[in-house]
Parts: sequence; C-alpha cells; structure tokens
Amino acid sequence: MSTIIEKIFSMHSKDRVEVGETIWLDIDVRTARDFGGAQVVKNLLENYDGNYVENANKTFFTFDTSAPAKTIGYAQNQQICRKFARQQGIRVFDVDAGIGTHVLMEEGIIHAGVTAVGTDSHYNIVGAIGAFGQGMGDVDIAFVFKTGKTWFEVPPTIKVHFNGMPSAAWTAKDLALFTIKKLGRKALGKAIEFYGEIIDALSVDARITLASMVTEMGGIIGFIPPDDATIKWMEMATGKKVEPVYADKDASYDEEIDIDVSNLKPMIALPGSPSNVRAVEELPYTPIDTVFIGSCTNGRLEDMHMVAKIVKGKKIKDGVTMKVVPTTRRVWKSMLEDGTMKILADAGAIISNPGCGGCAAGQIGMTGEGEIQISTANRNFKGKQGLGETYLASPATAAASAIAGYITEVEND
Amino acid sequence: MIKGRVWKVERDGKLIDDIDTDMIYHNKYLHIVDRKEMAKYAFSNLEGWKDFPEKARKGDVLIVGENFGCGSSRQHAVDCFISLGIAAIIGKSFGAIYKRNAINSGLAILECKDIDKADIKTGDEIEINIETGEIFKNGVVVAKAKPMSKIQLEIYKAGNLFEYAKKMK
Ligand code: SF4
Repeated sequence: MSTIIEKIFSMHSKDRVEVGETIWLDIDVRTARDFGGAQVVKNLLENYDGNYVENANKTFFTFDTSAPAKTIGYAQNQQICRKFARQQGIRVFDVDAGIGTHVLMEEGIIHAGVTAVGTDSHYNIVGAIGAFGQGMGDVDIAFVFKTGKTWFEVPPTIKVHFNGMPSAAWTAKDLALFTIKKLGRKALGKAIEFYGEIIDALSVDARITLASMVTEMGGIIGFIPPDDATIKWMEMATGKKVEPVYADKDASYDEEIDIDVSNLKPMIALPGSPSNVRAVEELPYTPIDTVFIGSCTNGRLEDMHMVAKIVKGKKIKDGVTMKVVPTTRRVWKSMLEDGTMKILADAGAIISNPGCGGCAAGQIGMTGEGEIQISTANRNFKGKQGLGETYLASPATAAASAIAGYITEVEND
Repeated sequence: MIKGRVWKVERDGKLIDDIDTDMIYHNKYLHIVDRKEMAKYAFSNLEGWKDFPEKARKGDVLIVGENFGCGSSRQHAVDCFISLGIAAIIGKSFGAIYKRNAINSGLAILECKDIDKADIKTGDEIEINIETGEIFKNGVVVAKAKPMSKIQLEIYKAGNLFEYAKKMK
C-alpha cells in the first residue's frame, strides 16, 4: 500500500498520510550548519524568550561549509552558534569533524527510518541509508529547533528501475549523472525509490554518491532500500539493531520508470549545469588546470581508493594541481592509516582537513576566470566554485585526467 | 474571505510561466534587510512589470502562471509582496521552496490549475474563500482553487510560523 516515504511519515505523524496532504512531521534529528546556523539562532532569540529548543539531545550544530572559518564572517557565525549551543546543551560537531550529514550517519545518529532536517540543500543524501532528510531555510529550522516538528506536503513517489549491468567500467557517479540526464524533469518535487541489479551492487559509499545527486535531479529525496551490508554498516554505527523501512509490494507509485544501464559509460557534466551530461569519450580534447576530489558526493574512503589506484606510482601532470578533501575525520584517518595519504602525496596532491572543501565557501581555494577544473562535486553553476569552468565527473575520471593533463576516462601516459 | 482587486501577471494576454525569484526580486537588492524597503522592488527584474510597486494598492491579489517563484530560496521574493500589502497570490503552480516560504510568512498562496480559464480580468474585484478555495466575482463562483490545508490555514491565521509556534502547547 505505502511507499517508503509514506511509511516513514506514518511512523512520525498523527495525521493521515496521503499524497498531496500537508501533515505535521516529528523530526528525530534537527541540525544547523555554519551556513544558516547563525540566522537560526537569531530567529530563535528574536522571536521567543527562554524556551528555544524542544530537545537539546536531538539538536546539533555541524560546521562544514567553511572549516575552519576562512572569513571573519564565518568565524563570527560559528561563534554565535557555539555560544548558543553551550547555553542550551547542544552538541557541536565543530570545524574538525567533517560534512554534517556524513558525520551524523557515521555516528549512528541518522539511520534507516529516521527523520532529519538541516540547513543544507543536500540533506536528502541520507536517503542512501533509507532515512528521510530534507534541507530547509533558517525560518523552518528555527521552528523545528523550537517545536521538534515541521509541516510537510506528502510528495508522490516515482519508482526507478535500472535494467541490465554495464559492460564498461562505471562508478556510482557515472550512474548518478546518467540518471539526471535520463530523468529530465520527471522527478521534480517527487520522492524517488531506486531498484535494480546495479543498485544491489552499490556499497554504502556508492549509495551516498547516488543519493547525493537527487537534489540535482529535482527530487525531494531518493531512497535506496538498505541491503544487508548497509544494515550492518548502520548497526556498527549505532551499536544497536536497525530495522529499515521498505515499500509495500503493492505500494502505489506516481510513475514507474525503467532505465537501461547496459550501455553506461563514464559520464561528465559540462560547465554551468549538472544536467548537461555527456559521455566522457564524446568530449573534445580539453586540457585542465585543477582537479578537485571531495564533497558530500565523492569524498568517502572508497572514492579516495579509486583515486589512489589510478595515481599510484605516477605524477600529476605538470601545470595541474589536485586538491583532495575527505568528507570526515574518520575518512581522513583511514587514509592516513592505510597508506592512501602517501600515495596521493607522492603523486603531488594537496590533501586538506575534512569538510565541504572546494564545493562550498572555498576552504581549499576558488577558480579564476578561464581556469578549467574537473570536480567530483555535485554542482557546477557559474560562480559556485569561482569564476572558472567546472566539469563534474567521477573520482576515477578526475584522477585519470590529473595524470593526463586533459579530461579523459582512462589513464594515458 | 479575502477581497481584492486583481492583477493578472500577463504578457501578450497570457499568464507568464516560470517567473523566477530573481525576476521577482533582483539580486542587486538582496542586501536590503528592512522589509518595508523591499516593497519598492517587487518585480524589479520582470520585463513590463517594473512599475508594479507604484500601481499596486494594499489588498490587491496577484494571479500568476505556472511554476511561479522557481529558482533560489530568497525570502525577499515573498517579503516584497507582503510589505506591498498584496493579500493573496493565486497561481497555476509554484516553486516548492517559494510556496513553503510564503506559507511560513503568512502570505495567502493558492494553487488553481485553470485560473487562466476563469472569467477574471485585471482590475476585477474578487473574493476568495481560503477555506474552500472558491473564488467569487460579483457573488458568483468563477474558479476553484485547491483549498488551503488545515495546517496552512492555522499558520495563516496565526500570522506566520513564529507566531504559530508561540501558540503551540
Ligand atoms: S559538499 Fe557541497 S553540496 Fe555537499 S553539503 Fe557541502 S556545500 Fe553542500
């Protein structure tokens, strides 16, 4: 009868959950990041007296967009949040922790079936492990801090079924870019559920990559029903049994869409829009200046291993710089311990502390006019990462391009 | 009941679709924080409509096309109409974030798929029953919008989301 979102909503609302109905939704995890966080605090202080947070144990701050603060403005905002957090007994994942959503999943605070909101437009990334997440503005988040609830219009769900398995080399990023191209405007304002053999083959890190780009598909959230490995991952994180929410067999979908992935190849989004997607092999010769590896889409350990495998024993092309930003401190530490850090450093990469890095406020630098960057992030709107031209691709494509000095899907010596 | 004079946001006799938040409120005025100031810049970047703030009267109602308010999440694009005194916006459809911002700020926002087919012209006086969605002209129903949800109505009656929170237990 019910889709995943309808089931999670029913577990978190007294109202009748039906597509198109507006319901009150209880929110398990409420967060604000350094971007928007100070505004949330200001809204609370200006509108209420004393009683600001419904439950401090369910409320968090995560500093990740500018970590550590690279402008005085960000530093001020982070300090406003810290002060408020100390007064209210709210836990802060500070500038040393990494990207908020990733940290909360690693800590077991967000897991399957949970509802979570924050001031981050990619909060729906948690659909990767079967949780509901949504990014909202500072007015909405202040309300959630104060009341523990939010109102939400129940969206229709579309079911995306991937058919076949690719014969060429592929990554979750290629699948995400390919899906954006195939869906067009079909996911606008809707929830998505992903199924198919290729989905079963995705690791937790790869699921995160796909789910992170549902925002670029125009969707509310994309759910990947947890498999055994994902459940085990969550149980390690939470230290307790996790019972994911699955759709009913006879759930009713707004639309069922089949996408054939047997011809999936390395894909790339051209500068300006994440939906302007081509196969890498179709691109003309494009020399690059900069490579960015990281962001909530591709900054996990598996992504780093993908890069390390390609650059091992090689040197990044003269005239090209490669910036690497792991998503979380845990990923950073694993890279140090398993030798990935050394491989990347030997190849000539810059490796920074965890965070949003080159994706947000330029923690690891911006691009100048005419600079050509290949990035593993999820957005490439003009101006987002500077004045340069940003192509979006997988860590494998980005790494191969770093060695070659031009955009390529395979290593060319 | 909301009563007001109509502005159909048209070009060449057709409601304009896909008016984004930058057309509603030009990004060069984003630094303004005083809501009263924002009134002057409603439709500051929409061809043919830039003089709207001078012509609009308190209590006027806007009728708009498809996907109104798509684009960025800027609150200014809602606040400029509130400070101008616009009583309601009826549209064929809205950008999701725009609709959310409008509801949270206590601006009456109603969806009506066939509002372009209703017998309503710019300058007409209409009445809207926000609980049923019925739209009246000269006492006769000329269109029916999706009624405001119970929650939307409660926030609207409280004034805005912050006021609503004060009334919760
Ligand atoms: S990495 Fe970029 S897209 Fe992801 S949460 Fe950070 S700023 Fe947003």
